[in-house]
Amino acid sequence: MIEIKHLKKSFGSHHVLRDVNLKIEDGKITSILGGSGSGKSTLIKCMMRLLDSDGGEILVNGKDITKVTNPFRLAAVRRHFGYLFQEGALFDSMTVGENVAFGLSYLTDIPKEKYPAVIKEKLAMVGLKEEVAKLNPSELSGGMRKRVSLARVLAISPKCILYDEPTTGLDPIMSDIISDLILEMKKKIGITSVVITHDMHSAFKISDYIAFLYEGEIMLYGTPEEFRKTDNPYVRQFVDGSSHGPIQMKLMRE
Amino acid sequence: MFTAIGKVMMNWLDQTGGAADMVRSAGFWLARSRFEFKQFVLQSITIGVDSFGVTALTSLFTGMVLALQAGNTINNIFGDPIFVGTIVSFSLIRELGPVLTGVVVAGRAGAAVTAHIGTMAVTEQLDALYTLGTNPTQYLVIPRMGAFLLTMPVLTVFSNIFGVIGGYLVAVYALGVPGEVYLSDITTFMGAKDFMHGFIKAFIFAFMIATVCCYKGVSTRGGAEGVGKSTTGAVVTCIVLILVLDYFLTAILAAFGI
Repeated sequence: MIEIKHLKKSFGSHHVLRDVNLKIEDGKITSILGGSGSGKSTLIKCMMRLLDSDGGEILVNGKDITKVTNPFRLAAVRRHFGYLFQEGALFDSMTVGENVAFGLSYLTDIPKEKYPAVIKEKLAMVGLKEEVAKLNPSELSGGMRKRVSLARVLAISPKCILYDEPTTGLDPIMSDIISDLILEMKKKIGITSVVITHDMHSAFKISDYIAFLYEGEIMLYGTPEEFRKTDNPYVRQFVDGSSHGPIQMKLMRE
Repeated sequence: MFTAIGKVMMNWLDQTGGAADMVRSAGFWLARSRFEFKQFVLQSITIGVDSFGVTALTSLFTGMVLALQAGNTINNIFGDPIFVGTIVSFSLIRELGPVLTGVVVAGRAGAAVTAHIGTMAVTEQLDALYTLGTNPTQYLVIPRMGAFLLTMPVLTVFSNIFGVIGGYLVAVYALGVPGEVYLSDITTFMGAKDFMHGFIKAFIFAFMIATVCCYKGVSTRGGAEGVGKSTTGAVVTCIVLILVLDYFLTAILAAFGI
C-alpha cells in the first residue's frame, strides 16, 4: 500500500501540488486524471523520487520515502517502482535488446548469459517478436517504443509501475492495445499500477480507482462507476470533454 | 546595468557550484560503486579518434608556422636561423601542445559529450537511468572524466610530435637548417621538467573540459534549443578557461620551478 499525505511541490512561486492525499491499493490500477499542467507527472516523479517534494509524506509499506537522502537507500526506494516514461525514454545509443536488459545488471542477480532469454520473454509479454531486439529505438513506431519501454520496466520486476501518459500520441487502436497490456500486467503478475492519463476511454477501461487532480489537490477519488455518475461540475466537464464549464471559466480568468 | 552584471555573476556562481557538486558526486560514486569500464574504453576510443586528426593537423601547421616566423626573425637579426628547434619545441611542449589539444578536444569531443548527455537530459533518458538502478554520474560522467584524463595527455604527446615534425620540415626544407642541428637544439635545451610542465597542463585541462562538458550536458533544459545552447556554452567556456588557466598554471608551475 502506498499512501500520500499532504504532499506539496512548488516550482518557484508556482504551487503545482498544494495538498495531495491519495491511497494506492496493492494489486490495483489507480488512474490519476487531470488537465495538462495539473501536476500529474510531478506527482509520480515525487513518488519515484526523481523530484524532491517540499512537504508531506509518501508512505510505502508504512515508511516515508520523502525523508530518504542516502543515495544507496534512495536507490533501494526506487527499486520498488518501475517508471514508464511518456516518450519511452529509450537509450538511443543502444539496441532494443540492450535497453530491455539495461536494468538487469544493476537491480537483479540474473547472470549475463541469461539476458537473451529475459529479453525474449519480456518482449513477448508486450507482444513483440524476438527480432525487434536487434533494432535501434529510432527504427520503432510510437506504440512499439512504449511497448519496449514497458518490457524494460518489466525486466526489473518492480512491485508498482508508474505509467506517465501511456496512451498519449497513439492512434485509438494502439491506445487500446496499451490499455490491454496494463490490464494484463495486473491480471498476470498482480502488479500495482498508477496511470497518469487524460484519456477517459482508457481510464474507464483499466482503472479500479480514479483520482481527479485539480489545482494541486485530489478533487475526487472513487471507482470508475462513481466518476461516471458524479455531479461534481469540474469532474463532469473533464469526463465529458466539454469546453464549457467551470474549468474553462477559470482558464479564461487566468 | 548592475542588475545585469549581478545576474551574470549569480548564474556563473550557480553553475560553478553545480559543477563542483557534480565532481563531489563523481568522487562519491567512484569510491562506492562499480566502475563502468566498458563505457570508459568506448569513450576513450571515441574521444581519441574524434580529436586525433584535427589535433595532428593543427599541431603540424603550428609547428611549421612557428619555425617559419622564428627562423625568419632570427635570420633578420643574426643573419642565421639559429635555435629554431629550441623555440619550436619550447613553445609547443610547454604551451601550445596542451593548449591546442585542449581547444581541439573541447571543440570536437567536448561538444559531442555535451550534446549527447544534453539530448539524454531533455528526452528523460537521464531520469530513466535513475529508474533502472544507476545514475548519470556513475554511468555517464565518471567514464567520460576518466576518458578525457587518459586521452588528453596522450593526444598532447602526439600534438608535440606533429608540431616538432612540422617545425623540422620548414627548418630543414625552407630555412636550410641542417636536420641534426634542429634536433640537437631540442635535445640540448629541453629537459624532463619541460615535458612535466606540458603534462600537468594537459591533465588539468582534461579535468576542466570533462567537468564543464558533462555538467553542461546534465544541466541541459528546454528541448533541442537547450541542447544547442548547452553545447555552444560548453565549448566557449572551455576555450576561455583553457586560455585563462594556461596563464595562471604557467605562473604557478614556474614558481615551483617546473
